[in-house]
Amino acid sequence: MGTSTPQLTEEQLAALADELDEIRRELVDDLGDEDAAYIRGIVATGQRLEALGRALLWAGWFPPAWLAGTAALSVAKILDNMEVGHNVMHGQYDWMGDPTLNSKMFEWDTVCPAEQWRHTHNYVHHTYTNILGKDRDIGYGLLRMLDEQRWRPYYRGNPVYAVVLMLAFEWGVMLHDLEIDRLLSGRRKWSDTKGIRRQMWHKGVKQTLKDYVLFPLLSGPGAMATLTGNAVANLVRNVWAFSIIFCGHFPDGVASFSEDECEDESRGHWYYRQMLGSANIDGGKLFHILSGNLGFQIEHHIFPDIPAWRYQRIAPRVREICDRYGLNYTTGPLGKQVGSVWRKIYRLARRPPDRPRTVLTGASRVPAEAA
Amino acid sequence: MKNHDTGLTRRFLASRVVTALAEPHGVDRYLNLVNPLWSVRDVRARVVAIARRTPDTVTMTLRPNGLWAGARAGQYVRFGVDIDGVRRIRCFSLAGSAAGAGPLEITAKVNPAGTVTRWLATRARPGLLVHLSQAEGEFTLPDQVGPHVLLISGGSGITPTMSIARTLRDVRYPGRVTILHYARTPDDVVYRAELARLARTCPRFTVTYRYTGSKRNGHFRAQHLRAITPDYADAHAFVCGPAGLLDAVSRHWAAEGISDRLRIERFTVAGAPFLGDPGTVAGELWFSRSGIRVPGDGRTLLEQAEAAGLRPAFGCRMGICHTCGSHKPEGPVRDVRTGVISAEPDEQVRLCVNTPAGDVEIAI
Ligand SMILES: Cc1cc2nc3c(=O)[nH]c(=O)nc-3n(C[C@H](O)[C@H](O)[C@H](O)COP(=O)(O)OP(=O)(O)OC[C@H]3O[C@@H](n4cnc5c(N)ncnc54)[C@H](O)[C@@H]3O)c2cc1C
Ligand code: FES
Repeated sequence: MGTSTPQLTEEQLAALADELDEIRRELVDDLGDEDAAYIRGIVATGQRLEALGRALLWAGWFPPAWLAGTAALSVAKILDNMEVGHNVMHGQYDWMGDPTLNSKMFEWDTVCPAEQWRHTHNYVHHTYTNILGKDRDIGYGLLRMLDEQRWRPYYRGNPVYAVVLMLAFEWGVMLHDLEIDRLLSGRRKWSDTKGIRRQMWHKGVKQTLKDYVLFPLLSGPGAMATLTGNAVANLVRNVWAFSIIFCGHFPDGVASFSEDECEDESRGHWYYRQMLGSANIDGGKLFHILSGNLGFQIEHHIFPDIPAWRYQRIAPRVREICDRYGLNYTTGPLGKQVGSVWRKIYRLARRPPDRPRTVLTGASRVPAEAA
Repeated sequence: MKNHDTGLTRRFLASRVVTALAEPHGVDRYLNLVNPLWSVRDVRARVVAIARRTPDTVTMTLRPNGLWAGARAGQYVRFGVDIDGVRRIRCFSLAGSAAGAGPLEITAKVNPAGTVTRWLATRARPGLLVHLSQAEGEFTLPDQVGPHVLLISGGSGITPTMSIARTLRDVRYPGRVTILHYARTPDDVVYRAELARLARTCPRFTVTYRYTGSKRNGHFRAQHLRAITPDYADAHAFVCGPAGLLDAVSRHWAAEGISDRLRIERFTVAGAPFLGDPGTVAGELWFSRSGIRVPGDGRTLLEQAEAAGLRPAFGCRMGICHTCGSHKPEGPVRDVRTGVISAEPDEQVRLCVNTPAGDVEIAI
C-alpha cells in the first residue's frame, strides 16, 4: 500500500461507516419512479439504437450508412453492457420487482455469461476490492498492475497482453472465471471448470451466431458490410469497456491492500478500502451515461447496489467525507487516467531495480501472485 | 388483427430464428418499443374502464393480450402494477363471466392502509398497463353442476361468486341459484343494480342481503339459510368473504357433516407481521422448495437455512453482491441493517441481511 495512506482508528472507521450508512439510507428511502423511468429510458434508447444500427447496416454498402450503423450499434452495445447490464446485475434495480431488470435474470449483449460475471465481479471483486491475492480483477490473472505483484520475465510482455486483452475484452471477461493462471499452475483442476465451460460455450455460440452469422445472412448481398459492422461495434465496445474499467482501480494514487490488513475487517474498514481502492473519472453527462456511471467508481464501490445514475448527486458529499478523514479521492479526466494506466502497464513490465532477486520457477509460465 | 393472424404472428415471433436474432434480451424487449402490451411470454392487460361504484371500491375492466388463456368462473389472477417504480403484486378474483371471451373485470375493496388498492382508488386511469398471471385457484364450479348452487359472500368476497353467478346466467344453467350476501349497508353492495336485474329477469336466481351494520340482521346464522333455502345441504355451496364469515359457515357445514359440498375462498392468508424487538423469536420459517419448516430464531435467513442443512448460494454475506437473493412468496422480513420490515408478497430478498419477522415462506 502507498505510504501516504492515512491509517484511521477503529473509532474513526466506525464513524465513517455511520456517515456512509446514513447517505445510503437516504438514497434507499428515495428510490422510486424517477429511477424506474431513468433505467427504462436507457434500455429503450439502447434498443432503438440497436434497431437503427442493424437497419442502417442493411444499406452498409453505402459508406455513410455503414459508419452510422456501426456507430449506433456500438453505442447500443456500450449502453447495454455498462449503464444497463453492469448496473442491473449489481441488483441496483432489484427493488423494482421487474423481472427484466432483475440481477438474477438479466443477460447482457456480450459473450460472458451473466451468472459468471456476477460471481467474479459482484462477489469476488466487490467484496475483496484491491486485496492482492484475493481480488482477481488485479491484472485479471494476466497482467502486472501493482508493484506488489512479484516480477517475472513473463511480465516483459505486459503491454502486449494488455493490448490483446483490450481488443478482445469481452472474451477476456468471459474466460475470467476459468482462472487460467491457476489452471496452468495446477491449483485448479480442468475438470472443475466443466460447468462454467459449458455456460461459456452456450453463450459464446449464441452471441457469435447472432452477430457473425444470422444478421449477415439476413443482409443478403450486404452480408460483408453487416459482418464487419458488427465486428467493429463489438471491438469499439471492447476498447471502451476496458478503458473505463482499467481506470477504475489502476491509475496512480489508488491503494491496494494485503490479506492480513483485511482479515475480520469492520464495515468501516470495508468502506475505507473501497474508497482508497477506487478512482473516479471526470466527465460530462453523456460520458457518465456511456461509462455506466463508472466514472463514479468510488461511489459505486461504497454503494454497489444503489442505482448508478445517483452517484453523481452524492459525489460531493462523499468527497467532503474523504477530505475530512484525510482519504485520497482519486480522480482525473479520462485522457489523464488512461495515460496513467498505460504508463503503469509499461513501467511494471520492467524488472524492478530494487528487487533484483526474482525467484523463477520454471514450471509456471504465467504469474501466480494474483491468484 | 384477427385472432388467427395474431396466433401466426406470435408463433413467428416465438420461433427459434427470431429468438436467436433477439439474443440475449428476447423478443419482448423489442416489441415493447412498439406496444408495451405485446409480448410472446407474459400476460399483460390494459385497463379500459374504471368505475367507483361504492365509496370504497374500484372496479376495473381489463383487456388482456393474446397470451391470456381464459379463466374458469371463480378463479383469481396475480395482478401486478408499478407503483412509484415498484411492481406490486396482489391477488384479485375475476368477477366477470367465464362464458365467452369478453374483457376481464376486477373489483378491489380499498384498504385505507393498503398500498395497491389505495393507489388504484385514487390514481388508476384508463390506459394503465398491468401485469397478470394466468388464472389460478380451485374456487370453481365442478364439471358436473347439480341442480342447485348456493353462493354466500361477504363484503368484497362477492367478486368470485359474482363471476360464478354471471357465468351460470350466461350458460343458461337450468338449475337454481341462491345468492346470500353480507354487507355493512345497502350502499356497500357493489353489484346491487346488476343483482336486482338478475333476480328480476331470471326467475331461478334468488338474491338475499343481510346487513351487518344494522342490529336486526347481523352476521351469519343458520336461520338465514333455512329461511331462504331449507334444502341448502344439497347445494353446491361457495363462500368467500371476511374470516369471521368463512369460519362461521365452514363450522356449520362441518357440524352438518357436509363439508365436501362447500368450497371456500380466502382473501387473507398471512398473519400480521410480528413487530416486536429485533432478535426476538418470531414466527415460522418455511423453506418451501425443500419442504423444511423451522421456528424463526432471530438469525438471518441465510444462517437459518444453513443451520437447517440447506446450501443456498451466497457471496459477500453482507448484502452487497445479491448472490443470495431468493424469492419470498410471502411473509414479513426485517433488514438487519436498517430495521425496516418488508411484508411484500412475491419479492426478492437477500437472505444474508434479513431475519424473519413473522411467518415467512422462502422458495429455496
Ligand atoms: C385468492 C385471493 C383473491 C382475492 N380477491 C380479491 C378481490 O377480488 N377483491 C379484493 O378487494 N381483494 C381481494 N383479495 C385480497 C387482496 O389481495 C388483499 O386485500 C391485498 O392485500 C390488497 O392489497 P393492498 O396493497 O391494498 O394492501 P396491502 O398493502 O397488501 O396491505 C394489506 C394489509 O396488511 C397490512 N400490512 C402490510 N404491510 C405491513 C407491515 N409491514 N406491517 C404491518 N402491517 C402491514 C396493511 O396494514 C393492510 O391492512 C384477494 C386475495 C386472495 C388471496
Ligand atoms: S451474500 Fe452477498 S448479498 Fe447476500
